[in-house]
Amino acid sequence: MASKKTPSINGGSLADIAFLMLIFFLMVTTMDSEKGLSRRLPPMPDKNQKVEDIKVNRRNIIEVKISRRDMVFAGEDYITDAGQLEQIVKNFLTNPTNDPALPNKVEQDIKGFGKCMVSKGVISLQNDRGTSYKKYMEVQNILVKTINDIRDEFSRVHFGKKYADLDEDTQSIIRKCVPQQISESEPLEVGKKSRR
Amino acid sequence: MGKFIKKGKGGTPEINTASLPDIVFMILMFFMVSTSMRKGDRLVNVKLPAATEIAKLERKDLSSYIYIGTPSQQYQNQFGTDARIQLNDSFKNIDDIRDFIASERETLSESDRQFMTVSLKIDENTKMGIVTDVKQSLRRCSALKIMYAARQGDK
Repeated sequence: MASKKTPSINGGSLADIAFLMLIFFLMVTTMDSEKGLSRRLPPMPDKNQKVEDIKVNRRNIIEVKISRRDMVFAGEDYITDAGQLEQIVKNFLTNPTNDPALPNKVEQDIKGFGKCMVSKGVISLQNDRGTSYKKYMEVQNILVKTINDIRDEFSRVHFGKKYADLDEDTQSIIRKCVPQQISESEPLEVGKKSRR
Repeated sequence: MGKFIKKGKGGTPEINTASLPDIVFMILMFFMVSTSMRKGDRLVNVKLPAATEIAKLERKDLSSYIYIGTPSQQYQNQFGTDARIQLNDSFKNIDDIRDFIASERETLSESDRQFMTVSLKIDENTKMGIVTDVKQSLRRCSALKIMYAARQGDK
């Protein structure tokens, strides 16, 4: 049988077609990665439910306030730079000297780790309607950074590694030992509005 | 010295372009994998605030977006320069968020609904007032998982 050679297909235009598709995808897609600070909002209190004043011990709450003019206050102190706020929050959450004015720690049995002293401290972040979002995020970021620093320290002491280098299970243990308790309290203005 | 006499005509020899499609296809594949489809037009100017402690959104397909910022140039004479909310492809009010969340929830499967995340893309010069209103209405329709979108800032 005479072997019939198939004629070779001209592939010269293949590059053009591929380029065309490439340009198309460049135009219609975006590459912006979704990154940010994750938060969980507190559920809306039930209307019928009597508004109970949450009797969290005063010593367990630190109020971080951002005023209309973007001035930051932590507790009673006026904060001038990020390091200062970090210091105050860190001292508040770790309470190294077991100061009775700072949050108490409760021993908890954490699965996979054992007994651990967990701080009951809650950071309450408050802002005014006139606060700029930039400042708000800046403060949020500092608070998260402080907690991440504490977690890092904790994991260095107990696991000898950085928090980010640990596996998922160990990370969740640390997350239980050093919880991220940032409460975004209800703004006062909103209460006025909802009655309208 | 016949060795050095140029044979034939001068000019550059033809470059073999047989591998060009392969290379372009490779780039194409890269873009197809690493990018996502653009979702509608952006009607508001959003410059995200910088943050260092940012985490990646786990499930992109479960997120809906709320944009807040000043309207773009061409909409300013119609909507002013105050911060506005953009849902999908149009300017909306606070009261429309409830419907928006409800319809976004509809598109997800039953089991995924609890993981729905609302990504707030807010311009850094926005005042917190409008942000607080949005947060309150999100709480009201119990879309509690939110994310403040931010860009990577330097430490």
